This record gives sequence, C-alpha cells and structure tokens, in this order.
Amino acid sequence: MTLLEPQHGPLPHAAPTGASAPFWAGCAEGELRFQRCRDCAAVTFPPVETCRECLSGDLAWEVSSGRGTVYSWTVVHRPATPAFAVPYAPAIVDVAEGFQLLSNLVDVAPEDIRAGLPVAVRFVAVTDSLTLPYFAPEAPEETP
Amino acid sequence: MSLTGRRAAIVGVANTAQARRLEGATSRGLAVSAALAALDDAGLTLDDVDGISGDATAAGLLYDLRLGPAWLGRQFGIQAITEAVHAVEAGEADVVLVVAAEAGAYTDRSATAPWTRPENEFVVPFGLFTAAEFALIARRHMVTYGTTPEQLARVAATIRTNGSNTPGAVYAGRGPITVEDVLASRMVADPFHLLDCSMTSEGGCALVIAATDRAADAASAPVHVLGSGSDHAGPAYRHPPAWDLAGRRGGLVLGRIGERAAGRAFAQAGLERADVDVLELYDPFSFEVIRQLEAFGFCGPGEGGPYVEDGGIGLTGATPVTTDGGTMAFSHAGAAPQMFQRVVRGVQQLRGEAGPNQVPGARVALCSGGGAGALFTTVVLLGTELP
Repeated sequence: MTLLEPQHGPLPHAAPTGASAPFWAGCAEGELRFQRCRDCAAVTFPPVETCRECLSGDLAWEVSSGRGTVYSWTVVHRPATPAFAVPYAPAIVDVAEGFQLLSNLVDVAPEDIRAGLPVAVRFVAVTDSLTLPYFAPEAPEETP
Repeated sequence: MSLTGRRAAIVGVANTAQARRLEGATSRGLAVSAALAALDDAGLTLDDVDGISGDATAAGLLYDLRLGPAWLGRQFGIQAITEAVHAVEAGEADVVLVVAAEAGAYTDRSATAPWTRPENEFVVPFGLFTAAEFALIARRHMVTYGTTPEQLARVAATIRTNGSNTPGAVYAGRGPITVEDVLASRMVADPFHLLDCSMTSEGGCALVIAATDRAADAASAPVHVLGSGSDHAGPAYRHPPAWDLAGRRGGLVLGRIGERAAGRAFAQAGLERADVDVLELYDPFSFEVIRQLEAFGFCGPGEGGPYVEDGGIGLTGATPVTTDGGTMAFSHAGAAPQMFQRVVRGVQQLRGEAGPNQVPGARVALCSGGGAGALFTTVVLLGTELP
C-alpha cells in the first residue's frame, strides 16, 4: 500500500481569530505552538482567551516538541470537497505536552496506523498562505 | 411536570413525502404541508396555534402563517420538542407547532452535504466532515473494546431492513439488507462503509404539542412526554471528538454522553430501562447506535457490539431500534427534520400506527438525537399513559 500524502493546493480554511493567530503564525515558522497558563500551569488547545482550568487570562505561548501518539483516526475515501485528494487520514493526536490536536497523518500506509503510534509534526505549506501541521510516524531511531 | 399540574402531550404528527430529491419542492412549501397535515391529525387548525418552533425558519413561518403574537421556540431537535412541552406546561402557550423541512439545499454532489461540513479553522483544512468526526469516536471504541466492523454493519443492516419494510421510506422495498451488503459497500471514512452512513434526502415533518385539555378532537390518543434530558460537551465540529473528553466535574466522558441525559429522563418518568418497548435512536452512522445503547444503560460499557450481534436491536429483540429505517433508509431531510422524525416515529409506534414494523403493544418509547461526533446527545421518553 502506498503511503498517505499531504494535500497540495488550495484547501478550505477559516481565518484565524484573535486567540488563534499566534498558532498559525507558528506553523508558518515551523513551530507547533500551544498555550500554558502562567497561574495554574494547565495546558490548553485550541487557543482560548482564558484558561479552561482556572479562568486566568494570563496565558503564555510555548513551543511543543511536536511529538505525540495517535489517539484515534479514520481514513477518508470520499472527500469532504473536491479540494481534498483521497485517501487522507484525519486523526486526533495526543501531543506530548498534554493536549490533543486534529490533524492528518502522512507518510504512513493506512493499514499501519494504530492507536499509540508514535508520530511527529511535519509542517507542509499547502499554499503560499496556509501551512498545516501534519503528523508522520517518528523515525525508529528517534523513538526512545 | 409543571407546578400547576397542567400537562402537554403530542397530539398530532405528520411526515410529507420523503425522497432523495423532491423535484420542484421548496423547504417552505414542505414545511407548510407538514404543518397542516399534523394539525389535521390533531383535529386542530392554524387558528388554534399560539406557538411555533422547529429551526431558524420558525420566525419567518410565524409571520407568513400570521400566527403572531405567539410563543417562539429556539431549541434544536429533541430539545425543541421538550422546550415546547415545557412552554405549554408552564402556561406560556396552548398549542405549539414544531415543524421543519428541507429541499434544494444539497445540490453540489461533488462535496458532502453542506450541513456535514464544518467551517472551523482547526477542522476544515484537515478535511473533516460528519462521517469522519463520528468515525473518530467509533475507532476509539473499537480500539478500547474490540468492537468490529461486522458489529457496526449489523446495526446498519437491521435499520436498513426496517426501512425497506416501511411504506413511505426513501428506501422502501430496497431490502432486506445484510451484513455482507454493508461490508461490501464502498468505504467512506473507515470504519464506515457507505451503508454505515445516513443518506441525504428531502422532506418535511411536523408535530403538534398541546395542553391535554385541547386535544379532545384528536383522531388518536395523545402521546405523553414522560421525561427528557440533554447532554452537551461543546459546539459541534470545532474540537477533537475524543472519547475521553471530560469536564470540570469529572466522571462522564464524551464517549458516554447521553448517560446523564437518559438518567434524568428515566428519573422524571419513574421508569426502568426494561420498561422501554422501542428505541427510536438517531442513527447518523451505525456505530452511534452501539454507543447510545451503552450510554443509555441498555447494555454495559463495551458490550454494545456483542449486544447488537446477538440480535438485541431487531424487531423481535429486547430493544427494537429505529423501526422505520431512520436516517439510513427512512429519510434524512436536513438538520432539524431528521431529529424530529425519531419522535414522529415514536408516536406512531405508541399509537399502533407503525405498519409492518409495529412493535406489538408498545407503550413506552425512547427517542434520541445528536451523537458523540457532534458533542451532544438528547433524549425523550414517550408513553401512552401518565405515571
């Protein structure tokens, strides 16, 4: 089976909000950014204005290691719109710092995807204005 | 129940024709037809109506049908029905029309239906749509409990065969559908094959909720709302639909959403699970029925797959499920009608008007809406008698 590939070309996407703009700016710079509360240290994602744990408004952006594991996934064969080439694999990734992220898995054969599979972020500029954080299996030698 | 002791009941129901496409039909035209048919079923007329609900078009209908001044409901799906019941029981209205219809909304067939495609910035660029969102919940259950594609297919085959035997269903006469048929259909979003998924279609439906003292002229006995509940975990299609998503109070997770709602409904009704004769479960995708059976307490955590495999959801099983074919084979006419149609069917069962798929002697029905891919589940218990 061939490996899943990133998308290429224009994709539907929504404009960032005030809270999320730093996340998307990070993607463009090759950083997977998330927020940590300066008051209670809780990690949150997607970006918010107030900490979901203690409601503090004092949130700091940090850069993730980009490593995680597959929590759940699907392999799509009927695309949401013709902008998406099939197959592609939406997944929920458990990121090491303690948050979950929706993404697509790439560079893996659909039959090799499993829960707990170690993955690492791979940024792909699908267009000049949109860089997406995909996830690919971590190289074996990088696995502790 | 209200402090005044006034009770509301469902006194009229109606479906329009349902089809993949209803050529020339409009959402408004179908809504008017459904409303008039439900009122006729209730032995009432537009002149009796002093409340309306259904979806975002309800205010426009209120004006166009010259119902005002009237009570206007704002809730969605099952909760629109319970909101109307509560309004009547509280004395805010006497006769409420709950109506919705859809036609002409899904025209670009190169994409999935517009109401299935989220627009959130963290979702849309990854190609998520409802089938994929619900697949993420299903997959986690399969990983945790060993639930199989065959068990999912059993749900779809059971419901689709019910629909095949239902006059007026979009896929009437198209069955029986077997587990093998489902597994042989093309993959949409693994583990969901085409036949594990709801269809898209057009149509309308309506219900009339009235104070029981206004229901004297109804052709059929009123159906009582014995209990209801709703569980929400956030906005649909914006956050990862993770089975283990939990809130501040701890305990129940997203994968079990609906457990709290069902518990509240059963407590209000003073009923046990074993008292339920028929389950009109919302069936957007096959796995969602397995999830709801567990969340509502008809089987234990992780036991939903074996339960359906053993025939528990068949018409002769302990808990017949979605007896008109649901969104898979009866109809899936847009966001609101598909939710109301579970309650319409529950009413038909309790009136003994469910045709070839009548559950003999059905007195209590549980109807549901929502699903874990959408981060909410709503429940209503219907009965032929008040406790």
